[in-house]
Amino acid sequence: MSISELTTAELQSGLQAGTFSAVELTQSYLDAISRREESVGAFLTVCGESALSQAAAVDARRQSGEQLGTLAGIPVALKDNICTAGTKTTCASRMLENFVPPYDAHIVTRLKAADAVLVGKTNLDEYAMGSSTENSALGKTRNPWDLQRTPGGSSGGSAASVAARLTPLSVGSDTGGSIRQPASFCGVVGMKPTYGRVSRYGLVAFASSLDQIGPFATDVTGAASLLEVLAGHDERDSTSVNRPVPEYSRSVEQPLEGLRVGVVQEHFAEGIDEEVASSIRAAIEVYRSLGAEIVDVALPHSKYGVAVYYLIASSEASSNLARYDGVHYGHRASEFENMVDMYAASRAEGFGDEVKRRIMLGVYALSEGYSDQYYLKALKVRRLIRNDFDAAFKNVDVIAGPTCPTPAFKIGELVDDPLQMYLADVYTISANLAGIPGISVPAGFSPAGLPIGLQLLAAPFEEEKLLRAARMFERETDFHTKVPQF
Amino acid sequence: MLTREDVEKVAGLARLKLTEEEISEMADKLCQVISYVTVLDEVDVSNVEPMAHVADVANIFREDAVRESLPREAALDNAPKSDGKYFLVPQILENA
Amino acid sequence: MDYTTIIGLEVHVQLLTKSKIFCGCANLFNPDNPNVQTCPVCLGLPGSLPVMNRKAFQLSVKTGLALNCDIASFTKWDRKQYYYPDLPKAYQISQFDLPFSADGWVDIEVPSTGETRRVRLIRAHLEEDAGKNIHDESGRGADSRVDLNRTGTPLLEIVTQPDIRSAEEARIFLEDLRLMLRYLAVSDCEMQEGSLRCDANVNLHVEENGETIPTPIVEIKNLNSFRGVEAAIEHELKKQVKAWQTDPRRMGEVPKTTVGWDANRNATFEQRGKEEAADYRYFPDPDLCPVTITQEEVDEIRSTICELPGVRRTRYVSELGLTPYDAGVIVDQGAEFASYFDEVCVTCGDGKQAANWVTQDVQRELNERKLEIGEFPVSAPVLGAVLKKVVDGELTIKSGREVFATLLSDAGDGTRISAERIDAIIADKGLGKEQDTGKIDAVIQAVLDRNAAVAEDVRNGRMQAVGPLIGQVMRELKGADAKDVRQMILDKLQG
Repeated sequence: MSISELTTAELQSGLQAGTFSAVELTQSYLDAISRREESVGAFLTVCGESALSQAAAVDARRQSGEQLGTLAGIPVALKDNICTAGTKTTCASRMLENFVPPYDAHIVTRLKAADAVLVGKTNLDEYAMGSSTENSALGKTRNPWDLQRTPGGSSGGSAASVAARLTPLSVGSDTGGSIRQPASFCGVVGMKPTYGRVSRYGLVAFASSLDQIGPFATDVTGAASLLEVLAGHDERDSTSVNRPVPEYSRSVEQPLEGLRVGVVQEHFAEGIDEEVASSIRAAIEVYRSLGAEIVDVALPHSKYGVAVYYLIASSEASSNLARYDGVHYGHRASEFENMVDMYAASRAEGFGDEVKRRIMLGVYALSEGYSDQYYLKALKVRRLIRNDFDAAFKNVDVIAGPTCPTPAFKIGELVDDPLQMYLADVYTISANLAGIPGISVPAGFSPAGLPIGLQLLAAPFEEEKLLRAARMFERETDFHTKVPQF
Repeated sequence: MLTREDVEKVAGLARLKLTEEEISEMADKLCQVISYVTVLDEVDVSNVEPMAHVADVANIFREDAVRESLPREAALDNAPKSDGKYFLVPQILENA
Repeated sequence: MDYTTIIGLEVHVQLLTKSKIFCGCANLFNPDNPNVQTCPVCLGLPGSLPVMNRKAFQLSVKTGLALNCDIASFTKWDRKQYYYPDLPKAYQISQFDLPFSADGWVDIEVPSTGETRRVRLIRAHLEEDAGKNIHDESGRGADSRVDLNRTGTPLLEIVTQPDIRSAEEARIFLEDLRLMLRYLAVSDCEMQEGSLRCDANVNLHVEENGETIPTPIVEIKNLNSFRGVEAAIEHELKKQVKAWQTDPRRMGEVPKTTVGWDANRNATFEQRGKEEAADYRYFPDPDLCPVTITQEEVDEIRSTICELPGVRRTRYVSELGLTPYDAGVIVDQGAEFASYFDEVCVTCGDGKQAANWVTQDVQRELNERKLEIGEFPVSAPVLGAVLKKVVDGELTIKSGREVFATLLSDAGDGTRISAERIDAIIADKGLGKEQDTGKIDAVIQAVLDRNAAVAEDVRNGRMQAVGPLIGQVMRELKGADAKDVRQMILDKLQG
C-alpha cells in the first residue's frame, strides 16, 4: 500500500516510528499531485516548496527530540477562502485573483502550532456560493470517482483532494452543506462543527451566522484529529465560544451505549434517489444491529429550510460582499466614468453569475419595504427550525439520514438551474440554520459506483457523540477504505 | 413579481453593472427564487422571536489595549492604486 | 412674520479609548502619517471580524447617564450599508432600532434671555467612525486620497429633539456638552481635530391665519467650530425667512436639502441633493453579540461620574457664595482645575477666599508659566494651608502672597514644597501676623512720638497723612495687619 493510502493515524504512527520521514511523506503526496492533479483539478495553488521546508523542519525537530504538535508532518490542504499570510487567497473569484492576505486565519495559526504541513489551497465555488464547484472562476474540479461529474461544493477541491489521495487531510467551510455534500459526493468524511466551535477569523465571510470551518479526512478518526486542532476559542471572533475542546481523537473509538438514533420519515419522501434511500436504510440497520434504538423524529419545519436559508444566506452575503468595490483591495475595472461607475464595473467584472444573483437576492430581501416580509420572516422561521431540533434531541442522541438526495451529478447538469441546485441542499441546510454539528460518512455506492453519504446530526457541542456514533458505523463497514482509480 | 425596473433599482443598490441581457435573465432567475420563498407565507410566526444569532450569547468584549498595527506597506499592499501613502480613488464628487 | 425657529442637532463625539472600537489599533489623531494605524479588522480585509471594546461601551453608558438618558437593558449593533471610499466594509457598524440609550435631556442657561431651557435628547448610540477622504481641491480632477487611520474610532452619536430655538442656544448647547464630556473624560471634543462634529437641522414654524406651517428642513453639514455653528444657523434662518416671504414652501413639498457651511465666505452652499433617500438596509450585525446590562452595573457606572459642571456651578453659588461669574470661570477651566479649587476650599474653609486666589494668583502663574493645573508646583493642600492661616487671622493677605511667591521660587530651586515649608517661611521672614497688641501699641507710640507734626495733622482731620505713619509701623512690624494698625493709630490720636 502506498503512503498516500494510509489513514491519518497510520501516518502519525509511521512518522513517530521513523518508518518514513515527513519530507518523504510530503514528497509522496506532491508526487501524487503531479500525477493526478491534472485530471482532478482540486488545487488552485500548490505550495510544494514551502511544504517541503515545513516537513524538513519537523524532521529536524523530531531528530533533536523536541516535542511536536499532534499533526506534525501531516499534509493539510486549505480551501482557498481561508486567509494564508503571504499566499494568494482567491475565493476562486476574479475579484480576489491576486489578493495576498497580510495575516493568517486563526485556524491556520492553530495548524502551524500543531506542526501540520500546509500543502496548498483548494478550489471552491466562488465565494463558497454553490454546490458543485462549477461556479469557480479560476479552475475546474472533477469528481475522482467519475471525472465527468462534479465533486460537489462549495468545498469541492478540499473533498476531491482527500478522495484522490492528494492529501490525507483538508479543511473546508460549510454554510449550507458545503463540507458534508462534497464529502458525500466524493466518498470521504466531512464534518461541520457546531456554530462557534471553530473560529471564523480569517475565513472570508459568505453568511456570517451560518459559516463554519470543518475537517475532511479519509476516515472518522482522521476528521477527529483535525477537528481537535481546528476547534477552540478565539478572542478575535465574537461568535467563537469559550468552551474547552474535548480530546476527540481519543474518545472517538468508544462506542455509545444505549445510542438512540432518530430517523426523519420526511427525508425519504421527497425527491430522494432510490439508490441513496436503500444505502441509508441499510446504514440504519447497522445501528440497529449494534443495539441502537431507532426512533422516529419529526422536523416539521425542515421543509422550509431551503427558503429560509436562501433568504438569510443571501442577505448576509450581499452585505459581506459589499466591501469588494475595487477601492482598497481586489479587482478594479480599468474603464469607468466616475466613482460609482468604478464600483459597479469592478464588481460586474470581478463577480460571477451565481454570486451576482445571490447579492441581488440579498439586497432585495433587505431593502426597504421588503425586509420584514423576507429577511425578518426568515429569521423567525429559523427559530422554529431550531426548536424542532431541540425537541428531537430530547429523545435521540443523533439524527441519521441521507446527506444528499442523489449521488454526484454531471458537470453542467444543473448549472443553468440554480433553483434545482438549491433544492438539493435540503438535508444539509437545516443544520446550519440551527447551528448544530453534522458529519457525512461514506455509506455505500450507487450501481454506477458513485459514493453515497450518511449524515449524522447532533445537538450543539455534541461533536464527541457525533464522532463516536460515526465511528461505530464506520467500524462495521469498509466503504471508507475504497479509493477511486483514475 | 420583479419588474425590469425593480431589477435596475436593486442593481443600483448592489453596485452591479448589468447588461440588458443580464437584467432580463436576472429578473427571471430572481422571480423563480422569490416565488419559491413565498412558501414561508404559510408559516405562522406570531409570537416567534427572530433568530439573528444561533448561540444565545451576549456581552463579548475585548479590553481596551493597544495592539500593533500593520505597517503601511502591508496595508497598501493589495491596493489597486496607491501613491505609497494613501489609497487612490477617482475623484469623489459630493453625493454622487 | 410670526414664526418659531426649530433647530435640532446631531452631534458625533470620538471617545477617549486607547484603542479603536473593534480592534487594537491605537485611537490617536494622526493626520500627517496616513494608513499606519490600521489592521485587517479596521481595513475591512476579507475574513476580518469585529470585537467590541469594553471601555467604549462603558464610556457610552457613562455619557448616557450624564445626559439623563434611559439605559437599555438589552442593546445590539446593526449594519448601516452604503458605499463610500472611506468606508472599507461598505457598511458602518452602528445602532438602529435598539440604541443603548434614549430619552435624555440637557438644561442650558441662555445669558441673553436669562432663561434656563431644556433640550431633550432623542437618543445616543455607539458606532464606528469612517476614514478620511482628501479631495483634490485644484479642480483638475486628480484622484482623491483615502486615509484609513480613523476608521474604527469609537463614535457616540447624540441626537437632540428639535428643541433648540436660536443659533445662540445651539452654540451654548454645544459648549455645555463639550465641557460635560471633558469633565467625564469621555471625549476631548476638539472640533479642529474632528473629535466633535455637528450637523444642524433647521426649519421654521410659521404662524399664518391660525395655522402653524412647518417649512422644509435644511441640514447644515461641514461645521467645524462652535462660532461657525452659530453663524451658519443664523445665516440659514435669515435665508429661510426670506424664502418664505418670497416663495413660501411647506415641509413635504420639497425634499430635505443638505447644505455645507463655507466659513471663509460666511455662506452656505448647496450640496448636490441625493436623488433618493438612501436605503441603508439595516440588519443586526451577525458578527457581534448583543449586550445586556443590569441595574447594578448601571449604578456602578453612575457612581464613577464626577460632579458635573452645571451642578458644580450651582453649588459654588448657593453653598459657597461665589458670584456666578467666578463660579463660571472656575468650572469652565475643566474638572482638574475645579477639583483643585474644591480641595483648596475644603482645606481653608472659605470659598470666596479660595476663589479669589485660584482665579487670580494661581491662574496668573499658570498663564505666565504656561502650565496646566496638574503641573502647578503649589499643590491644593499646600495653598489651602496658606489660605487657612489667612482665614484664621494668622497671616495677612499680603503676607500670604509673600509666602505663596516664596513657595513658587522654592519650587524653581527644586526645594520640596510642603505645609511644613510654610511655617519655615513665615518664621524666616517674620511674616507671622502680629497678634501682640501691646507690642503693636508700643511701636505705634514710638512712631507717633517721632512724627509729632504728622500726628498733629491727622488729629486735625487730614486723614491722608496717616498713610506714611502706617507705613513706618508696617516696616517695623511686618506681621501687623495694615487695617488694624490704621485703626489703632486713629484711636490713639482721636481717643
